[in-house]
Amino acid sequence: MQLTVWTYEAPPHVGAMRIAAAMEGVHYVLHAPQGDTYADLLFTMIERARKRPPVTYTTFQARDLGGDTAELFKTSVKEAYERFRPQALLVGASCTAELIQDDPGGLAQALGLPVPVVPLELPAYQRKENWGAAETFYRLVRTLAGPSVPPPGSKRPPRAPDQAPRCNILGPTSLGFRHRDDVHEVTGLLHRLGIVVNVVAPLGASPADLARLGEADFNVVLYPETGYQAAQWLERSFGQKSTKVVPIGYGATCDFVTEVAALAGVDPAPVLADTRSRAPWYARSVDSTYLTGKRVFVFGDATHAIAAARIAAEELGFEVVGLGTYSREFAREVRAAAAKYGVEPLITDDYLDVEEKIAAAHPELVLGTQMERHTAKRLGVPCAVISAPVHVQDFPARYSPQMGFEGANVLFDTFVHPLMMGLEEHLLQMFREDFEFHADAAPSHLGSHGAAAAARAEAPSVTATAVAAAVAAPVAPVATPVLEPAAAVAAPVLDHASPVPSADGGPVSPPPASPPIRWAADAEKELRKIPFFVRGKARRNTERFAQDRGLSLITVETLYDAKAYYSR
Amino acid sequence: MNAIVPPVAPPSAEIGCTDAPVLYERGQREVFCGLTGIVWLHRKIQDAFFLVVGSRTCAHLLQSAAGVMIFAEPRFATAVIEERDLAGLADANAELDRVVTRLVERRPDIKLLFLVGSCPSEVIKLDLFRAAERLSEAFAPRVRILSWSGSGIETTFTQGEDACLAALVPQMPAEAADAAPSLLVVGALAEVVEDQFVRLFGELGIDRVRFFPPRRSDDLPPVGPHTKLLLAQPFLAETARLLEKRGAQRLSAPFPFGVEGTTGWIGAAAKAFGVDDARFDAVVVPRAERARSALARQRDKLAGKSIFFFPDSQLEVPLARFAARELGMTLVEVGTPYLHRGHLAAELALLPAGTALSEGQDVDKQLDRARAARPDLTVCGLGLANPLEAEGLATKWSIELLFTPVHGFEQAADLAELFARPLVRRGRLKV
Repeated sequence: MQLTVWTYEAPPHVGAMRIAAAMEGVHYVLHAPQGDTYADLLFTMIERARKRPPVTYTTFQARDLGGDTAELFKTSVKEAYERFRPQALLVGASCTAELIQDDPGGLAQALGLPVPVVPLELPAYQRKENWGAAETFYRLVRTLAGPSVPPPGSKRPPRAPDQAPRCNILGPTSLGFRHRDDVHEVTGLLHRLGIVVNVVAPLGASPADLARLGEADFNVVLYPETGYQAAQWLERSFGQKSTKVVPIGYGATCDFVTEVAALAGVDPAPVLADTRSRAPWYARSVDSTYLTGKRVFVFGDATHAIAAARIAAEELGFEVVGLGTYSREFAREVRAAAAKYGVEPLITDDYLDVEEKIAAAHPELVLGTQMERHTAKRLGVPCAVISAPVHVQDFPARYSPQMGFEGANVLFDTFVHPLMMGLEEHLLQMFREDFEFHADAAPSHLGSHGAAAAARAEAPSVTATAVAAAVAAPVAPVATPVLEPAAAVAAPVLDHASPVPSADGGPVSPPPASPPIRWAADAEKELRKIPFFVRGKARRNTERFAQDRGLSLITVETLYDAKAYYSR
Repeated sequence: MNAIVPPVAPPSAEIGCTDAPVLYERGQREVFCGLTGIVWLHRKIQDAFFLVVGSRTCAHLLQSAAGVMIFAEPRFATAVIEERDLAGLADANAELDRVVTRLVERRPDIKLLFLVGSCPSEVIKLDLFRAAERLSEAFAPRVRILSWSGSGIETTFTQGEDACLAALVPQMPAEAADAAPSLLVVGALAEVVEDQFVRLFGELGIDRVRFFPPRRSDDLPPVGPHTKLLLAQPFLAETARLLEKRGAQRLSAPFPFGVEGTTGWIGAAAKAFGVDDARFDAVVVPRAERARSALARQRDKLAGKSIFFFPDSQLEVPLARFAARELGMTLVEVGTPYLHRGHLAAELALLPAGTALSEGQDVDKQLDRARAARPDLTVCGLGLANPLEAEGLATKWSIELLFTPVHGFEQAADLAELFARPLVRRGRLKV
């Protein structure tokens, strides 16, 4: 037994629901006890679906367990078919029904319905949501496209010269993080390359669409978590190659364009020459300089975590200090990526492990799921959401892809905003006690220019603080336009003082309890020269430095030793 | 007891559903299981921890139901059964002991641990009652360990609270042989509501009032033949049965929703404790008047509108009575997961004659009825609400009726407002 409060993934039958709900004309009859319908509200509330997911639950209760649950299941299948008239039917069991061992597949086959019936074996005590989605999609594809598979050994006929290359887009589902807009973005990209999209599946596809998957020349796998298994089968059965690059991030999108163009036999140059992305320029603009070397911790599903790490390192100039996933199916890929950044890969579905690793890594930004958002909030670290599981706000009304060149723009804003916000908040905290910003101060637009001038005069001078502020590193260098006038004065100080973030970039933690450390009078005096807003941090850093070295008295020298140590 | 006379509806032969036929349906039920009760129970009993023994589905349900509460170091968790636990029962018990030991060591603040059964744990016949006994001995006296079932095969939504409280009843001390009569209010209520009721009973001269469940597990109220039992919630069948078995006398009353329900509910206690009419009127009438005038504004928005209740919490019958008699709404259908005729006797007597009552659910058929009737307001769960809105029906999601303080005089208008808001909103939106 595993003690669990939060789970990254739902049980596998919810994965199957994500496939059924994504498609048209598919109905899922789920052998499940009363209460399992709770999963409906993931679709109706989080994704704000306008209709109920196409799922019928048998809703067995204790009194049914005597032996007629099989009959109950058959009745449910019959009635669901009569009412919804699907073109294909999925049948399976949830975790409890798995234990009572009725045979949904056999029972449904026995009814002789005039549509394909796809039995699902989803081991609820071993596997999870994404696996359930991948398996369900694969089973559906195999059942529906199976009849058109050419005999083994036959060669794929070459495409007629006057025909545009065609591909399928595989993997997008219901409850997928930004799947709706990713499909739109990637479709546009393929269109610009002159490639026709044959079928998008499962999102929006019907069983008839799945039956003609084999007509495409190759497959674009958007989300390996849900689409890889089906793509593998299509490759074996129809000789369709599939893409390996997931186009999240500017660089990955360029690689994707190159890869797809090669598969389609078209020229990628025109698209690569006109990417219509602002992200690379934004990252190069001087305002982004302060992003350099920001320590970032990345966690999510494997696809999004790997992509986010690449963007962070190559496109924003961050330092990746942690990389992990809850997707055990893709642990190998994440390990390989982690090796590239020289960090220990974290493969776990226990959020407490993740929290511990985040705290230990002292990141300045966390990129993760909804859970990491809360962990980061608790630790006081900025955070952006890059992967499911997510809450309702991450199924936005506005266009918000992660993929393609517009996705790169979205991601630049997404990653940077919490930092800007963090910076703003930090500045307001810093200057809280400043005479201009204290609670009773009049708003600046009501103006007392005299006061502003005085502020400038009284602001810490560059020479007095350049040395000392570094002890308090890493105070975020200040972007001048954010706050004025005090920030305008403080900015050069901090910018010079802490060009490189220190290893101590983490959240404020309580000072160690023992042994007692004394400050020599002159050291204490020196400390007071440091601006109040970084003094606390300087004090803590110096004390930690002293403690690590077993010093009981802090002298001016200790202060500067610490400064030198933390400015490395 | 003139104040207990219904204040709104005129006396008429058209009142009463005591012997009315009930449509009993079986089929797909769009309801929560009893595990959901943990979400509010753990807030109420502040030193208790709820450990569900179940599957990943159970953990996922709690996560979905608890929303952001899940991030606040909540006092509930799931011991997720894994493949190897299914191999043999001895293993599962050892695993459970290991998990509980770790939990109790990590959380020294826990005084009461509930092992909560689920569908999977019941189907594999993991005996949590014995496990609780075994572990109780191991951790006595620091932690008391009890068990109850919140499984979907046994319980629907609020029945989880019933199962939990029923597990606590044997732990309640026996009242002294010469104890003075005392009032026991049963059902988890918001603390603000509890405090209001304490003041109200106090002014009536009923001082010996206790609430169950208590806020702390070591503060269980005594029970015995001098205990008068007043149910604050309609879903406590088993708890009431066990309390009556211990000698408590249940007072028949409507439930304290709206002015009429609250007056009748307080009135039942007043009668049992021999409070005279003058005093009752002096205490209750001003509050009832205040509540009635607050209600009037909402009544203006709701009178004449039709309402359809899908089954969810067993609160449906009392809420329908309130909607019909105090808000002037027309009842299309009142569905409830379980209709307890004994506990609802006073409610059924007040429902408009001919009200369509249904127990259980076959959700697709019930949706057909709702679509055909096109009620002005549909009270239903979150799985149905948005799809019905998309079909043009105004909805009120029912879970809020459990998480919001809605009992008593001071909350009567708030309760009405919960029904009025979706209609007001539809009136406002021009898109």
